[in-house]
Amino acid sequence: MKITVNDVGREVRSTLLAAALDELGYTDAIIATAINGHFVAAAARPSTVLAEGDELEIVAPMQGG
Amino acid sequence: MDLYGVEIASRLLLGTGKYPSPAIMTEAVTASGTGVVTVSLRRESGSQRSGQDFWAMIRGLGVRILPNTAGCYSVKEAVTTAQMARDVFGTSWIKLEVIGDADTLQPDVFGLVEAATILAGDGFEVFPYTTEDLVVAERLLEAGCRVLMPWASPIGSGKGLNNVFGLRTLRAHFPEVPLIVDAGIGLPSHAAAAMELGYDAVLLNTAVALAGDPTAMAGAFAKAVEAGRAAYLAAPMEPRDMAAPSTPMIGKASLE
Repeated sequence: MKITVNDVGREVRSTLLAAALDELGYTDAIIATAINGHFVAAAARPSTVLAEGDELEIVAPMQGG
Repeated sequence: MDLYGVEIASRLLLGTGKYPSPAIMTEAVTASGTGVVTVSLRRESGSQRSGQDFWAMIRGLGVRILPNTAGCYSVKEAVTTAQMARDVFGTSWIKLEVIGDADTLQPDVFGLVEAATILAGDGFEVFPYTTEDLVVAERLLEAGCRVLMPWASPIGSGKGLNNVFGLRTLRAHFPEVPLIVDAGIGLPSHAAAAMELGYDAVLLNTAVALAGDPTAMAGAFAKAVEAGRAAYLAAPMEPRDMAAPSTPMIGKASLE
């Protein structure tokens, strides 16, 4: 299934968000996620179903003022 | 200083951006004596995972985290970013920025009030980055904010207190609300001036991060904030237009 991850086109096999994140290299990472502009809490990732064309945003702590 | 029921010892809050290196950033944080640092959220690559190292470093500092919504220009963006921040950092504190103008990074105060209302209703403890506008401040308090963070001047400008009258008015109008000057501080003297006005704290980043020696500058700011606070508590004298000699004239020798 084709989705975009942080604006880059990616192919994932998993249809559930948590599994897709593992597939994409985010295992055990401290991150926050949103799909199509809507926040998806960490607790909801195992049951969140991805769809073709979804726009996934993945963010992590970064320097800031 | 009490911020949303949390006692914070240092009145200097420090940003973590723009330092020459992560090591210098940690040194500066330590030298500042701060108890609160601001952080942000940015896209993470699954292969590089650079945010993970940063987060490990920040956690090692043992300070409280104040996540921001920097760079958000809409209510939706800011609210979603705040939700993501709470998920990642495990805190309901959020430094709420809704920017209205790209050149000055002036807050969009209308969007700010709207976002603050949504977030406060959702259990967030909002630290709104705002202007010194009195009526906006009133609206933010009505929205549920219990701390206000007016700017001194545009973010990263280092210009200091642009509107001392406005800041003084805000302080006088809300004597019980924790007020933190956020943005535009360039020198320790600016920070001291804000504290002398009776502000509860100062939040800054660029003035330390871009100094030739950020660690030394962090220490200088710590002293300035402390001195400004002590001066405020000591009730400064009223300025006057005409001179008033410090040395008594009585007893002066007649030498003409």
